[in-house]
Amino acid sequence: MIPEIGHFSLILAFCFALMQGFIPLAGVLKKNETLMRFAVPTARAQSFLVAISFLCLDYAFYSNDFSVLYVASTSNSHLPLAYRLAAVWGGHEGSMLLWVTILSVWTIAVTFFAKELPYSFRTTLIAVMGLVSVGFLMFILFTSNPFERLIPAALDGRDLNPLLQDPGMVFHPPVLYMGYVGFSVAFAFAIAALLDGRLDVTWARWTRPWTTVAWVFLTLGIAFGSRWAYYELGWGGWWFWDAVENASFMPWLVGTALIHSLAVTEKRGAFKAWTVLLSICAFSLSLLGTFLVRSGVLTSVHAFATDPSRGLFILLFLAIVIGGALLLFALRAPTVGLGEKFDMASRESFLLANNVVLVAAAASVLLGTLYPLLVDAMGMGKISVGPPYFDAVFVALMAPGIFLMGIGPIARWKKTTLPELATKLRWAAGVSIISALLVPSIMGKLTPMLFVGLLMAFWVLSSVITALNVRLSQSDGNLISKLKSITPAFYGMLLAHFGLAIFVIGVTMVKGYESEQDITMKIGETVNIQGYDFRFDGAKPVKGPNYLSKQGVFYISKNGHEVTTLTPEKRYYPVQQATMTEASIAVGIVRDLYISLGEELEGGAWSVRIYIKPFVQWIWLGAVFMALGGILTLIDKRYRKPGGQLSQVGISQAGAYEA
Amino acid sequence: MKLKFIIPLLLFFVVVGFLAKGLFLDPHEVPSPLIGKPAPAFSAPVLGDARKKFSPADMKGKVWMLNIWASWCVACREEHPLLVAMKQHGLPIYGMAYKDADADATDVLKKLGDPYIITATDADGKIGIDYGVYGVPETYIIDKVGIIRYKQIGPITPESLRDKILPLLEELVK
Repeated sequence: MIPEIGHFSLILAFCFALMQGFIPLAGVLKKNETLMRFAVPTARAQSFLVAISFLCLDYAFYSNDFSVLYVASTSNSHLPLAYRLAAVWGGHEGSMLLWVTILSVWTIAVTFFAKELPYSFRTTLIAVMGLVSVGFLMFILFTSNPFERLIPAALDGRDLNPLLQDPGMVFHPPVLYMGYVGFSVAFAFAIAALLDGRLDVTWARWTRPWTTVAWVFLTLGIAFGSRWAYYELGWGGWWFWDAVENASFMPWLVGTALIHSLAVTEKRGAFKAWTVLLSICAFSLSLLGTFLVRSGVLTSVHAFATDPSRGLFILLFLAIVIGGALLLFALRAPTVGLGEKFDMASRESFLLANNVVLVAAAASVLLGTLYPLLVDAMGMGKISVGPPYFDAVFVALMAPGIFLMGIGPIARWKKTTLPELATKLRWAAGVSIISALLVPSIMGKLTPMLFVGLLMAFWVLSSVITALNVRLSQSDGNLISKLKSITPAFYGMLLAHFGLAIFVIGVTMVKGYESEQDITMKIGETVNIQGYDFRFDGAKPVKGPNYLSKQGVFYISKNGHEVTTLTPEKRYYPVQQATMTEASIAVGIVRDLYISLGEELEGGAWSVRIYIKPFVQWIWLGAVFMALGGILTLIDKRYRKPGGQLSQVGISQAGAYEA
Repeated sequence: MKLKFIIPLLLFFVVVGFLAKGLFLDPHEVPSPLIGKPAPAFSAPVLGDARKKFSPADMKGKVWMLNIWASWCVACREEHPLLVAMKQHGLPIYGMAYKDADADATDVLKKLGDPYIITATDADGKIGIDYGVYGVPETYIIDKVGIIRYKQIGPITPESLRDKILPLLEELVK
């Protein structure tokens, strides 16, 4: 009964989404306020019904209702409750329902928190989000219904893929989707602005906080995913340039570009057409990512169920939504105007260059991701584009971008002079070169990549300090009042840049100094790696809720002092007949010790893989700082005040160092 | 309407075209220009023992297959079990680890089984350029006098093995 309620709610939600999409839009076009009034109530009803539907599916998982096909294929009665609930998005149908549910969370948020917007603009916004909901609800109802019954019911479920049985699975998809889907709001803003002809400074100010929130979620979601891959896949890697990873990374790159170009549009009225295009692209890439992941056109280690009719549906939807948006852009953008002029050397130029770098990086990731498909479509066989391409292209593109990142915050709006910049950044340049040489000499190994990586990281760090210093020197009073005079947005920007530096340090140090040992260890044997003694105390059987495991015990010491004991496991999941390696990791600020079990050999010996990963946690720590930076910019007053005054202030203080 | 504002739309439809084709078309191969030409010479370090070298010249008088693969290549994993089975039937497969770290390549062979009589390494992809490798995996069949007779683009499938590779090997060995 409950699943039928879920299904029925979903159908009703679809009907309300149709009303939410079409009626208010007709109202806006006809300037009929009665029709426009439909927007908010239908949006709320639609979101409420989607939530009911989601809860019904949740309940089916909670109560082990194996008469529901989807539950029977992704869950099992022995699966712990937390994973049963996470199994809701463990397969195709459920993740699409999660997609729509999160879209409705954003829709609800827009109906409650976007009250300062002009009525017709807000109505259009909600209608556009309604149209997106229509597409996805249709997709679920016609091709991927999670409530389909299985008659007769299965005795027990086929269990969740053991790879997904991890706390990461509980948090990663919802957070990632919050980011992914959150760009739909920026998209709806862009469409509403194009329809309304209201592409101005206020539009940019309205869009900014929504975009930033989505970006914060996406940043955290990607970081969660990467960290999960690190400990769950047991290879010690943290990024694989897999199609599914790229699908979330491309919107992030474009979203990052968008955040920066929105800043220019808000402060200086420039880049308007470009900003709109980025808003459209960020969400388009989210949709494209969904297509790539869901249609199965690309081979991926994430290996989801595939079905060509689903692919065709999403592709059509993609063509209508993105094609329509870009057509609207082609028609309306030429009328937008250029905004205020700026010099070659100005903050605008640096931000524009930043945008070009980020978009080029996103394009190169897109090319790498689609290339196998393009080659396949042109009938030239199947190939795989792997990390060598991405690493080479991506690093080469991002290096100049990071260099510019140091200069941007120090440059003035409109006009700045290069000698002035050089004077301000002399110190930063010196410090970063020295540090980039000093750190490797302490670590005892220097390679060109290490030098470049560290140089970039220290360059960003020291230029963040320079930017803060320059900004402080502009206000009067004691240090406290000076610090208080700086806006949260500026601090947020510095914190996010700081986070990127931390991230780059992590990546560089891991790449440069990690060590890996693949060895066979007998019981009681000790091996020394980089000063750590790893003693293998044998492996004993352990029984989990839905798996059997062999748990190895490793006693680790350094110079005779105990460091920790690690217990990697080799698990066997009988329902899925799958063996999983569960790595055991001693997390540390300057290094992780990482052990995963290979195969059991004769006499209780095991093949073992031991990694020492210096600074690897900094990779995710950096992402957390970036996200915190984003959150900090949100507490800026101007976003909470209806019709905030800051943009006028910002422009009147042309040349001030506004974030 | 200014032209430059339509560019994103046009680009998008090109992508959609490819995506649509990707959904519906079966892949089929184009012949390599190298077929019928001598296999480009090289001398590459052998995986596991870099002092030893492997060169096509060593193979004069034999029919052999050169399989170009990499540990990072997903499609290679797909064909790997088939390669292992082919080795068990005594087919002469030589490997070339393309743009790969030795440790990673060794690791894959250890885990998934080693189908190769010898694996040479092409860490910087230079040999790959000579062979016109534009993606991995690719497999070449080279005859007794060192002429490339066949090129398989993408993973070897049971069909391509049965219909093309095995008959050709039989004919060449005669």
